[in-house]
Amino acid sequence: MIAELGLAALWLAAALAALQMAVGFMAVRNDGASELAGLIRPAAIVQGVLVAFSFAMLVWLFAVTDLSVKLVASNSHSMKPLVFKLSGTWGNHEGSMLLWVTVMGLAGALIALVERRLPERTMNATLAAQGVVSLGFYAFLLLSSNPFERLPTPAAEGMGLNPLLQDIGLAFHPPTLYLGYVGLSVAFSFAVGALLTRQVTPDFARAMRPWVLGAWVMLTVGITAGSYWAYYELGWGGWWFWDPVENASLMPWLAATALLHSASVLASRDALRTWTIMLGVVAFSMSMVGTFLVRSGILTSVHAFAVDPERGTFILVLLGIFIGGALLLFALRANTISEGERFALASREGALVFNNVMLSSILAIVLLGTLYPLLTEAFDVRVSVGPPYFNPVGAIFVIPMLAAMAVGPLLRWRQDRIDRIGREVALFAALVLAGLVLFGLLAEIALLPLLGLAFGLGLAVASLLPLRRRKLGRTPLATWGMVVAHFGIAVALIGMASESAFTKERLAAVAEGGNATVGPWTIALQGVEPVAGPNWTAIQGRLAASYDGGEPHILTPQSRNFWAPPQQTTESALVTRWNGQLYAVIGDRAPDGRWQVRLWWKPFVPLIWYGGLLVALGGVLALLGRLLSDLRHRRLAVRIAERRADREALA
Amino acid sequence: MSWRLWVPLFLFALFIGLAAYQLTQPKDEFVASGMVGEELPYFDLPPAMDGVEGVSNATFADGRPRLLNIWASWCLPCIAEAPHLESLERQGAEIVGVAIRDRPEDIARFLAQHGNPYSRIGRDDLSEVQLAIGSSGVPETFVIDGEGVIRYQHIGDVRASDVPVLLEQLEQAR
Repeated sequence: MIAELGLAALWLAAALAALQMAVGFMAVRNDGASELAGLIRPAAIVQGVLVAFSFAMLVWLFAVTDLSVKLVASNSHSMKPLVFKLSGTWGNHEGSMLLWVTVMGLAGALIALVERRLPERTMNATLAAQGVVSLGFYAFLLLSSNPFERLPTPAAEGMGLNPLLQDIGLAFHPPTLYLGYVGLSVAFSFAVGALLTRQVTPDFARAMRPWVLGAWVMLTVGITAGSYWAYYELGWGGWWFWDPVENASLMPWLAATALLHSASVLASRDALRTWTIMLGVVAFSMSMVGTFLVRSGILTSVHAFAVDPERGTFILVLLGIFIGGALLLFALRANTISEGERFALASREGALVFNNVMLSSILAIVLLGTLYPLLTEAFDVRVSVGPPYFNPVGAIFVIPMLAAMAVGPLLRWRQDRIDRIGREVALFAALVLAGLVLFGLLAEIALLPLLGLAFGLGLAVASLLPLRRRKLGRTPLATWGMVVAHFGIAVALIGMASESAFTKERLAAVAEGGNATVGPWTIALQGVEPVAGPNWTAIQGRLAASYDGGEPHILTPQSRNFWAPPQQTTESALVTRWNGQLYAVIGDRAPDGRWQVRLWWKPFVPLIWYGGLLVALGGVLALLGRLLSDLRHRRLAVRIAERRADREALA
Repeated sequence: MSWRLWVPLFLFALFIGLAAYQLTQPKDEFVASGMVGEELPYFDLPPAMDGVEGVSNATFADGRPRLLNIWASWCLPCIAEAPHLESLERQGAEIVGVAIRDRPEDIARFLAQHGNPYSRIGRDDLSEVQLAIGSSGVPETFVIDGEGVIRYQHIGDVRASDVPVLLEQLEQAR
């Protein structure tokens, strides 16, 4: 019964999305005069409630492990811990699509409830565009991947969840990324709405900005968490592989970063109108293209979990309709949107445009590298594009972008002179130069990590300069957000460069009671014993690691065997110190009884993820600042309206 | 001016076309090699790096069945596959490796990091063996019997569940 309720709610929600779309477009055609236009907001709200109900029903089915439902039987197991039963809801194709459309529905309901800044006609167009996108996903779910499908006879036991996904980090990593993707779909709807009504105004940018900011924060957190998860769970000791699935999350982030900056220019300076619209379309396109690449199995990836060419076809068709439609609209309409305010090249806007061009170039490089194997495969040549391409080619654009990040925030809006901020520029240049000389002389490191360390150092200091000569307590939250985010980029960059420059690696065969060393660490293998978990057994090594002869830390890396489904995973063990991380993995037993132990000493590697979290925190601060000031403006507007009413009543 | 506005749509159309073409291509994964049941063609590959022996079709003519694993250090699924190859080796399978378009230093690094289950590794810079035995990509694993006849083909990475299947196939090839 629960499954049928969920399915019924999903059909109703789809019907409402269709209504929202049809009435919305009608209202836009008739200049908002359609009698039915009043239906659009309520339709969006009820649709959100219905689809959330449907998702709740699916969560329920997973919580009680209802094995008569195909999706539950093929992705869950009665023996799993509850948290992984719940995360099993979205740890598969159908469930994650339902989560996607649920968040979209709730976002639509929220816009319909609170957004009052936009002209009603643009609002209708936006909700109509949202209806189109939602309807596509509903069709996908209902016609090709019904999550509520029953089995003819209930299964005796479920198949389990991919053991790699049975990790608390990964239980929450996909929904975070999804919230990001969906936030971008809202920005996309806004962009299409504005194109339809030709009203690309600062108000439009202000309405869109919180959604972009929110999406961007979620993407940042999702990518950071995903990278850390891959680092400790896969047991390879690496944190980024330029794998297609990773690129699929990086590309929308790059586009969203550019969009965020360009929307800010539009909101406060009424410039960059077409560019903002274009980025709004591109950012969501990148989420869709990423989803397509991951789900269709068109590229080989170690992370692709739900691969099916038939679903790939469906997503490709949706992609063609949404993105193709939006780009067609853009081509037809963009020249009727005037460019807005002019500005000089040396100005805050100028720096932001420069940053946008760099970000777009990096995006193009990543996209090209990701799609390149697909292109050559059409000519029967198989290639794999990896770090040797992405790192140096990306650096060509990253480095000027870092310089712009250091200097740009110090420039004034509209028009400025570089020599006015000569001292700050000189400070940045001196720090970078000092870093190059210092690290270049002290250690023998490759060019890219060296540049990373030097620019990281320069940017870390320069990013704090906008706070100088300000009363810190009265500095707007949005400024704090920018400073924290830019500082976070510097921190992450230093972490990345340090990891690649200073990592020490050791693969040793150690007998019980024996020793191995890596960098400043000495590691003793005290013993190896079998251990059992709720749905796995493992062999667990007991390692005593001491740094420079100090107190030993005990590490217990495991090699786990899951039995439903059967699969082996590596559980690495980590010791984190202020100056880096020791990473240990236990492997197989050699015929002579010694154990294979893999050890890495990675100086300052945690800075990568601390930096990522700082970037996200910066986004949260900026978002809070915007929401608070919106609230204040709204209160002010109400008060002015009240006074005017009072005055009219008196007169 | 306005032709530039059409560029994004044009690029996007190219992408859709390419993706659609790839989707409609029969996925090689499901097409077994026409060479199953045939004898290995003549080939003679140099050693992939110092300290290992190379591979030729004569390697397979001594009456012992073996696994022939096609891989490369640049291939990510090969990393996922590595522990299962090691487990096959521990259970008595002899595995001969053919490294596709690879470099000795990368091969050495890969083996140091992910273990070395191979008795010999040949270097196939031109994919000649790969093409000759009907393999479509990396990684791929073949069961070759003691007379050098291809008995079985496994496409994609070897997972835990494939290990017993490959052992069974080796047993049958005996």
